Amino acid sequence: MTSAAVSVAPTEADPFLVLAGIRKAYPGVVALSGFSMQVRPGEVIGLVGENGAGKSTLMKILGGVVAPEAGTITIDGVEQPALSVADSMRAGIAFVHQELNLFDNLDVAANVYIGREPRTGGLFNIVDTGRQRQLVAPLLKRLGANFSPATPVAALSLAQRQMVEIAKALSMNARLVILDEPTSSLPLSETAKLLDVIAALKADGIAVIFISHRLNEIEQSADRVVVLRDGKLAGTLDKAEIEHDRMVKLMIGRDLKAQTSAPANPPGAVAMSVVGVRTGSFPAQQVSLELRNGEILGLAGLVGSGRTELARTMFGIDPIFGGHFELAGARFLPTHASQAVARGVFLVPEDRKGEGVLLDLPIAQNISLPNMADNARGLLVAGDKENATAEIQRRNLGIKAPSVATRAGALSGGNQQKVVLAKWLAMEPRVIIFDEPTRGIDVGAKSEIYRLMRALSDSGVAVLMISSDMEEVMGVSDRIAVMHEGRISGFLSRDQFTEENVLLLAVGKSLKSGARA
Amino acid sequence: MNKKDLGLLILIIVVGAVVTLMNSRFLLPVNIANTANLVGMFGLSALGQAFVIITGGIELSVGSMIALVGVLFVDFIANHNIPWPVAVLLMLLLAVVVGLFHGLLITKLKMQPFVVTLCGLLFYRGIARFYTQDSTAGFAFGQSFPDLEFLTAGRFYGVPNSFIALLILSAIMWVVLHRSVFGRYLYAVGKNEEAARFSGIKTWQVIVAAYVICQLLTIVSAIYFAMYTRSISPSSHGNFYELYAIAAAVLGGFSLKGGEGSIIGALLGVVLLQELQNLVILVGIPSSLNFAVMGGVILIGVLVDQQWSSFRDRRRILEAAKTNAPARPESTPAQ
Repeated sequence: MTSAAVSVAPTEADPFLVLAGIRKAYPGVVALSGFSMQVRPGEVIGLVGENGAGKSTLMKILGGVVAPEAGTITIDGVEQPALSVADSMRAGIAFVHQELNLFDNLDVAANVYIGREPRTGGLFNIVDTGRQRQLVAPLLKRLGANFSPATPVAALSLAQRQMVEIAKALSMNARLVILDEPTSSLPLSETAKLLDVIAALKADGIAVIFISHRLNEIEQSADRVVVLRDGKLAGTLDKAEIEHDRMVKLMIGRDLKAQTSAPANPPGAVAMSVVGVRTGSFPAQQVSLELRNGEILGLAGLVGSGRTELARTMFGIDPIFGGHFELAGARFLPTHASQAVARGVFLVPEDRKGEGVLLDLPIAQNISLPNMADNARGLLVAGDKENATAEIQRRNLGIKAPSVATRAGALSGGNQQKVVLAKWLAMEPRVIIFDEPTRGIDVGAKSEIYRLMRALSDSGVAVLMISSDMEEVMGVSDRIAVMHEGRISGFLSRDQFTEENVLLLAVGKSLKSGARA
Repeated sequence: MNKKDLGLLILIIVVGAVVTLMNSRFLLPVNIANTANLVGMFGLSALGQAFVIITGGIELSVGSMIALVGVLFVDFIANHNIPWPVAVLLMLLLAVVVGLFHGLLITKLKMQPFVVTLCGLLFYRGIARFYTQDSTAGFAFGQSFPDLEFLTAGRFYGVPNSFIALLILSAIMWVVLHRSVFGRYLYAVGKNEEAARFSGIKTWQVIVAAYVICQLLTIVSAIYFAMYTRSISPSSHGNFYELYAIAAAVLGGFSLKGGEGSIIGALLGVVLLQELQNLVILVGIPSSLNFAVMGGVILIGVLVDQQWSSFRDRRRILEAAKTNAPARPESTPAQ
């Protein structure tokens, strides 16, 4: 992604930020120990590691929020044991967090200068909106933004909003911009835009630390990769060494088997079909597709292309505005999730904490919730049945928890996702829809989720997987459907799986010769 | 009984002991029986409120419904010669209708519980006053309903029957809330309605049922209040009773965000509130300070409870830090 103009060797400049022997422990956890790294101007550093590897702690130390217990931080040759928030800002360290801190109701310029607005002076001394916009315009230009300082933030896409955050960093003379998982909720085309912005920052001599679980993006953009594992530096890879498998090996300390998995059997009969369905978000468009037993159908597309709405409609959460579903040949028009659940159509939702698990309830109660009929005697809950059911699922899925009485909220993201899956596996699934099943889940747990999906599919269940992660879509699916603005823009069979094809369909173009759409 | 309930029980005993030291009449059977009667009546409406609060909702029309049912019930049996069992059934039917009405407005038409039931508070009070032309509803001289009076205002071996009714209904409601599938759904809906819906639970039915249960228990308490006072002035009867019920639930460990609380907790909350009322009288605090005492105690109670649990969390983390075992605090510190 880096443009040709930027071929400055990263080793030329001296590092302006040096961390040496950093250690930080929390009660019961050593978050970081003996960690050292250097940051040079204009360098793009990929920072990878599983959840819990110490990335967040490192960010907090750089931001001056947390003080390390040992080690030194040297900025421009001045050595100090810890940074304050003010030190960090003075040194030009800026953060773009996963959750953006923008005001939807204000325009771009106002967001960039929030809290330090230029004033008109004089009697009223009000905000000088005109000057504010003039100041922001060149920043946006530097980033290659295609929107104006006067655009309301509410009208911007997620990647554009990230640009606003980065513009804010530039306005404060940032020398190091830290991007924390910027692409995890970005659709494919937007990701490319963000990588261009990173290249633009690099060209300006600004250093970037890019944290991501998506290793192919790191491969494309980083000059150097720093891998953290269990709070320690697991290794550093130089430009030439940056390679997917090597990063994974360093992250988890072992080789990960290839993520692509082939189905055990050829796809079976049609389990569920979507026939000319119209959803609330794109009522003018119709969607038709077929889910087959024993097949994993990947559903790719941009965020906002109507994939989640389709899943919600199939599951009876959102109302259907035309067309119908067919389940084993019979018409199926769910008006409530309970009807989908009763027919064996299950959804593992995108928003795990909001819609998937009840964080305050024990694992066992989460698993039994949709199926109280089998976990009750008459009108009363049968705790013994409930625990037995949950125990079986805990063992089958390898949910890492002391017992099924553990609160779901105490589990890691990957294990929470397994609890969501367990509640459906404890029943009899015919169709399972996964909406972004591995978002925010670390590499080890990801591959376990993939294995479970494949096992489900091989047992004859029809699987629909919505994913914005290119690697995941191409690695896991047997067939890919791509959505664009509420319609299916094309299907890809395994021999047509290329990033280019998925992207073409996702932006609504048709495939090049020899491909069916 | 969890630690929270135990703490509340100890507080009740300590306050009781202090009041006894200051005025030994506290332990006289007549005082205990009177307080038990009030606990019984207020407890019934607090139980109802508890079910609504569990779902994250609120029912503000309780006091007005107590007034409306009071005037209707007394008028039916005193002036229209409707047999009292029939009148009771009619009142329960009214409870179901009102509960359904509130519940459906909240779930199907997506109105906020506070708004719906606030309008109910105004509406039912207005209807009650209109029904009697703002005059007091009561019984004629010498008019008597021995069976009804025994069941409501009577005593069984010295124990007020209202209190016995509360014990019986609490036992039933305990099973419903803590042991039944419906109770499980109530907690699930209260903790995270979306996640419950995504598990295939008909959350709207659960919420509507909670409002119906609330109205049913409220109306039972309304009949007790009516037979206890025997004369119902529609503009003042039952004023603020919804707030007593909410206060008891909050004191008993319920969270207004929903998903938290127990029947035992609600009952202990009611007992503590009534004990405080009793304290004001017995210790000789000016009765005009009644509300001030209640407000102060509830504020301190909830404050201590929350500070205590965050203190416990911190202590657990510190202990885990000493032993070097992996900590499992409520909020994981790193990453």
